[in-house]
Amino acid sequence: MKMELLYEINSGVTTAMKFRTLLRHIREGTKNIFRNGWMTFASIAAVTTTLILVAVFLALVLNLDQMARNIEQDVQISTLIDVTADEDQIVQLGEEIEQIDGVAEVQFSSNDNELSKLIESMGDEGQAWSMFEQDNPLNHVYIVEAGVPEETEVIANQIEELDNVENVLYGKEVVEQLFQFNNYARAIGLALIIGLVFTAIFLISNTIKITIIARSTEIGIQKLVGATNSFIRWPFFVEGALLGILGSLAPVAVILGGYYYIYNNFANVINFRFVELLPFDPFAWQLSGMVLVIGAVIGVWGSVMSVRKFLKV
Amino acid sequence: MITMENVSKTYSNGVTALNDISIHIDRGEFVYIVGPSGAGKSSFIRLIYREAKPTKGKIIVSDRDLSKLKERHIPYLRRDIGVVFQDFKLLQKLTVYENVAFALEVIETSPRSIKRRVQEVLKLVGLEAKEKMIPSELSGGEQQRVAIARAIVNNPKVVIADEPTGNLDPDTSWEIMKVLEDINSKGTTIIMATHSKHIVNTIKRRVIAIEDGVIVRDQQRGDYGYEI
Ligand SMILES: Nc1ncnc2c1ncn2[C@@H]1O[C@H](COP(=O)(O)OP(=O)(O)OP(=O)(O)O)[C@@H](O)[C@H]1O
Ligand SMILES: [Mg+2]
Repeated sequence: MKMELLYEINSGVTTAMKFRTLLRHIREGTKNIFRNGWMTFASIAAVTTTLILVAVFLALVLNLDQMARNIEQDVQISTLIDVTADEDQIVQLGEEIEQIDGVAEVQFSSNDNELSKLIESMGDEGQAWSMFEQDNPLNHVYIVEAGVPEETEVIANQIEELDNVENVLYGKEVVEQLFQFNNYARAIGLALIIGLVFTAIFLISNTIKITIIARSTEIGIQKLVGATNSFIRWPFFVEGALLGILGSLAPVAVILGGYYYIYNNFANVINFRFVELLPFDPFAWQLSGMVLVIGAVIGVWGSVMSVRKFLKV
Repeated sequence: MITMENVSKTYSNGVTALNDISIHIDRGEFVYIVGPSGAGKSSFIRLIYREAKPTKGKIIVSDRDLSKLKERHIPYLRRDIGVVFQDFKLLQKLTVYENVAFALEVIETSPRSIKRRVQEVLKLVGLEAKEKMIPSELSGGEQQRVAIARAIVNNPKVVIADEPTGNLDPDTSWEIMKVLEDINSKGTTIIMATHSKHIVNTIKRRVIAIEDGVIVRDQQRGDYGYEI
């Protein structure tokens, strides 16, 4: 019982809190949770909804970021050759590409080859593409590799200027689209989440307000017998933190279960060069930890708001 | 121990409860505050433990200048003062034992000392057999004794009692007085507002009489002085 914790509350006074006092605050805060029935339930539900969205959003954004970073490191440029080009023109194009500064490697891939790669990459669903084997709609392709990732874009632009080139595809372009999508996703997700976070904070602060009002006589008497403000406030902070943490339990379960499922099935659905999910371990654990902390912060924030407003001393 | 210099208290509704009071009470004194209803006795008491602030004047309690006392230091002032409230202020959901222990919990006393000390004071006020009851199961006098037990449980330097015998039969009143005299003899300052002529005239102590917010008499070993 000798253990002491340092804590600091609004007043700016740092006091040593005895360990058993901390236990007392936790006990009181827990009791409050059970006293408030429905409001407790509503607060927890609001935190849960919010955090599930936060989790989905973070999983999406962080994975997209990771993919974008992977793609930026990519040096590969697919040069789609005009279908009208004859064999000589194709060979000539290959030579011209090889002469561009910074090109490390040029490789020809026929349209048949491209189709079989496509069918393979699509897995089971790819079988649908087999019907095109007689009448291949794809182009012949030069797969060009830049020596360093920074030059990919410059090289691609130069290739695009050459004759008999229908189109060039390279990671950076995909990245830009991805980033654009990512930015929209961010903006919408963020607005939604901020709204939900404030709803959750509001509900928690309301719950705590009810507790404070229900206990106002008790609080008044505590003050008269010499309780410090922080002694009176602590159980409410505990109550808020507990509401937040209880609200984050379901989201954590969703993250661990959901991400495990998606991570293990994703590879079967999409098997694309850049598109690779962040590994379950440690990503899902980190995300869970983050969600738990966000939940606790929401809870404490809600209680701080109410304590400030209704616990005037 | 307690000094007031030219203290006035006007409530926000315009009622002046105390008007230019100056008084000095020494450590270890036993003081009766007497006066008709509405004279300002409770207001005088509330100023001492800083439940109310004076409108004018200076108050010093146990070496603290209350006008300069920071909000966050008020709890420490109150730990030096045990108050028996006119309306008891007991927590209705807690048992007798818990109500008394409460005053020690907030000042972070160890559970073992709490248990020992609470049993001690409950015995002192004669309620050891009822420690598991809640206030609504007690008589008015018994509730008052719980309030007294809570006020003295942390050995405060000053005990302020606002009509501690108001609801008690004569026998119990004398027992309560014995308790107060007992802790006074151990050096605790006692300030007691009372309407009991009988007590004041029997246990002779300093008497401060307040009428209409003014001290009209301050007498060592005084009488009650009012005919009721
Ligand atoms: N909180 C308050 N707000 C406004 N006026 C008050 C307040 N408390 C007391 N008063 C007024 O101040 C005056 C003094 O009241 P106080 O309670 O100090 O009297 P008292 O001497 O304790 O009376 P009693 O013997 O009946 O307890 C009264 O006129 C009362 O109405
Ligand atoms: Mg009174």
